[in-house]
Amino acid sequence: MNRQIARLALVGLGLVAALIVATTYWQTWATAGLADRQDNEIQRVAQFSIKRGLIRAADGTILATNRKRRVAGQTLYFRRYPQHGLFAHIVGYSTQSRSRSGLEGSENDYLTGSNANLHTVLDTTLDRIRGATIKGNDLWLTLRPGAQRVAMEQLAGKCGSVVALDARTGAVLAAASRPTFDPNLVEGNFEAINNIRASCSPSAPLLNRATDGLFVPGSIFKVVTSAAALDSGRYTIDSRFVDRGYCIEYGKQVKNYGDMSGPEVFGPVDFLQALEHSINAVFCEIGKTIGAGRVLGTSKQFGFYADPPLETPGNERAPSGLYDHGRLFYPDSPSTQVDPGRLAFGQERMLTTPLQMAMVAAAVANHGVVMKPYIVGRITGPGGGVVKRTHPEKYRRAMRTSTANDLTRMMEAVVAGGTGTAAQLPGIRVAGKTGTAETGGAGTLNTTWFIAFAPANAPRVAIAVVLQNQAGAGGTTAAPIARSVMQALLAGRSNP
Amino acid sequence: MSARNRELANLIVVGILTALGFASVYIARQEVVSTASLSYAGFFFALYLAAHLVARLAVPFADPYLLPMAGLLTGIGLTEIYRLEPSDAFRQGLWIVVALTAFSVTLYVLHRDYRRLESYKYLFGLTAIGLLVLPAAPGLGTSVNGARLWVHVGSLQFQPGELAKIMLIVFLAGYLREKREVLAQGRLKDFGPLLVIWGGAMLVLVETNDLGSALLYFGIFLAMLYVATGRLLYVGLGAGLFIAGAAGVYQLVGHVRDRITIWLHPWTDHAVYCSINGKMLPRQDCASYQLVKSLYSVAHGNWFGTGLGKGTFETTSGHQLIPYLNTDFIYSALAQELGLVGVAALLLVYMLFVARGMKIAMLAEDGFSKLLAVGLTFAFALQTFIIVGGILRIIPLTGITLPFVSYGGSSVVANFVLLAGLLLVSNRASAERA
Repeated sequence: MNRQIARLALVGLGLVAALIVATTYWQTWATAGLADRQDNEIQRVAQFSIKRGLIRAADGTILATNRKRRVAGQTLYFRRYPQHGLFAHIVGYSTQSRSRSGLEGSENDYLTGSNANLHTVLDTTLDRIRGATIKGNDLWLTLRPGAQRVAMEQLAGKCGSVVALDARTGAVLAAASRPTFDPNLVEGNFEAINNIRASCSPSAPLLNRATDGLFVPGSIFKVVTSAAALDSGRYTIDSRFVDRGYCIEYGKQVKNYGDMSGPEVFGPVDFLQALEHSINAVFCEIGKTIGAGRVLGTSKQFGFYADPPLETPGNERAPSGLYDHGRLFYPDSPSTQVDPGRLAFGQERMLTTPLQMAMVAAAVANHGVVMKPYIVGRITGPGGGVVKRTHPEKYRRAMRTSTANDLTRMMEAVVAGGTGTAAQLPGIRVAGKTGTAETGGAGTLNTTWFIAFAPANAPRVAIAVVLQNQAGAGGTTAAPIARSVMQALLAGRSNP
Repeated sequence: MSARNRELANLIVVGILTALGFASVYIARQEVVSTASLSYAGFFFALYLAAHLVARLAVPFADPYLLPMAGLLTGIGLTEIYRLEPSDAFRQGLWIVVALTAFSVTLYVLHRDYRRLESYKYLFGLTAIGLLVLPAAPGLGTSVNGARLWVHVGSLQFQPGELAKIMLIVFLAGYLREKREVLAQGRLKDFGPLLVIWGGAMLVLVETNDLGSALLYFGIFLAMLYVATGRLLYVGLGAGLFIAGAAGVYQLVGHVRDRITIWLHPWTDHAVYCSINGKMLPRQDCASYQLVKSLYSVAHGNWFGTGLGKGTFETTSGHQLIPYLNTDFIYSALAQELGLVGVAALLLVYMLFVARGMKIAMLAEDGFSKLLAVGLTFAFALQTFIIVGGILRIIPLTGITLPFVSYGGSSVVANFVLLAGLLLVSNRASAERA
């Protein structure tokens, strides 16, 4: 019988050995896949035993911190957002019931110390073996609380957004979005967030309008058209036009902006004046001359048609461009599929995000080069050592340097004596462009814009402001907000 | 060093390990656990010392590794049960006292010659069947988790299947020893008993709704039949019959069908009908909830585990994530806290136990002893495989206990009787050699 017993012994040992193999599979290969599953509460709860890294503004102001609580003999760390709604969209939230959003979601690996950085891996492994609490890395954002506060105060009661960039580096200095929500309520009282009402519908308080809100750009898009026109070599800053108050497209008149007495008529003007007074008919003619393809091509150099690069989650950022039935529209043949005249002054299915328009202003300010926008300046380990530092990076060249210089002069004229005088700052040269997009028929409310940078001679700050459902024009509604935020940013004398 | 001294040395190591286990649970969970927890290790060690003394007197030549391995496994189990639910650990401690008493009694009563059991084989066989049908008896049996495996007498509840398993092995060892030559000839009429036992296993399956138990009993039977006759054909035939029968039951019994569906497709992307609450839910939120949560627990352990006492088994609001954690799913709790390194070591202890058991069977002189040792050892291996394999999705999940580790009185008692049986066989074989 011993031969049979020996064989059966192999079977018995084989059965248990199979268990070791299967355990190895589940505890190594399958781990990552299971950890990502929505219904994996263990993973979610376990995340709360990690002391998440803090999120701080540029000056050290704490935007996200932890509150320790003992639950069933375990120390758990729950998030607390001391700034409430002020930074809600960028910082996001980390909760049990609704997982994560904003930087809390996209930078989770750093915040929980589970990134692949060698230093972090060593630290967390040692902590794990010692049984100590695992501590995450801290994020230091580029946001300036002073400017952010001004932006949010200026937007109070409205639906809209402000994005301010350091034109030279791409660092995001302010990213405001209204209506906002208190991330501290996400866990316990989400109903309160759902019930937030605003002057726009849907109020969408969770939507980060700065990076994910798509709006009709209107006349601020003329900056892109101007760059295309100047870059094409067919126009200079001195090119002459005669404005009759309208432009003929497809056999019909496209009229200038106007009031009860009919559209404005400017007569003979040069290119600079056309931008200064935002003359639609002139831009319509320019668009027809250089063609929709060229305008779209230039817009792509500014970053249109691509997800704007930022550290927030991909689904919280939207690309700018032509949209058709809610989806980004790539025309195969722009000359037949896109109306060049309306495109030239920012209508014709064009939708843009405030971040993208701030990048347009920054490109002009930075001599034609778009810097890659970023919001996480550096990441530090629990000991304070720098784990990762963001170095400013060139993103794209949007236009020639000479074009950028010409555009700066033209945009300065807008603020000095054109539609954007409300953005003037004492002793500082400001370059800007207004936008007023009629979103419906006549008499309805407008989406108003202002993009700007300052000081025009040595630009530091580039900004985009958008407001929904405004009765006035961009120059009277959005420009003053841009002015206040720029003032807050330039007055700080902080020159990183 | 003599066998018993070696056993004592091993037990001291086990005692130290258990003390370390309790100490680490205490350190990790000071707020819910008192210093009294440390006395568990002392109490535990004293119990095993007593068992060792009994072994020293009754079976001086027996294998010196089995008792310490059983001690290690119960120690690990008790530590984890204590970590999960301190009050259960107290009850488990009492059951270990009962189990070690049963162990000592078995050794004492049978140490002169356990082979006289052979003459009572039919009594054992009948008692086993009686115990197996007990849960079906109205008023006594209760259905837990869809399977009828439990018997309630007053406030006491136990799983008669655990003891029935051992009695069945004693019966089979006796019966097969007697009939092995006849069976090996392969005459058609001798297949009668085989068919009877196949029918019995199917009956158990239908009655208890439990594929795992049927697989366990039938697997033990086939293994012992193979060892007795040396005919692989029987094993193939038996396995074929079992599969055919199981397939038939699959068609007839909804519960078994559900188990298979859960096993094959624990996750669904879309909502399916949930028979628990009548709603439409993804399967992982309904029928396969336990399996899926337990897999998450295993996966969370990763290489090194969270550490004893530091695992996550509750939501932050204190709601239990995995039901039956300290009985059926204790392996997933251990896998999370000890990690792959820890549970692989645990499974290696199981392998060693199986290896020692099989060695005892090979060294035994007579057929009854060989078959008894083989049956007991293989039952131990197969039961481990069925529960852990179910948790790891190798086979459909069945709620049976993990030998020596799971919380549960009937299981602990039965496994110590099993251990006593192996020591008796071992002692006899070694004594004859000495």
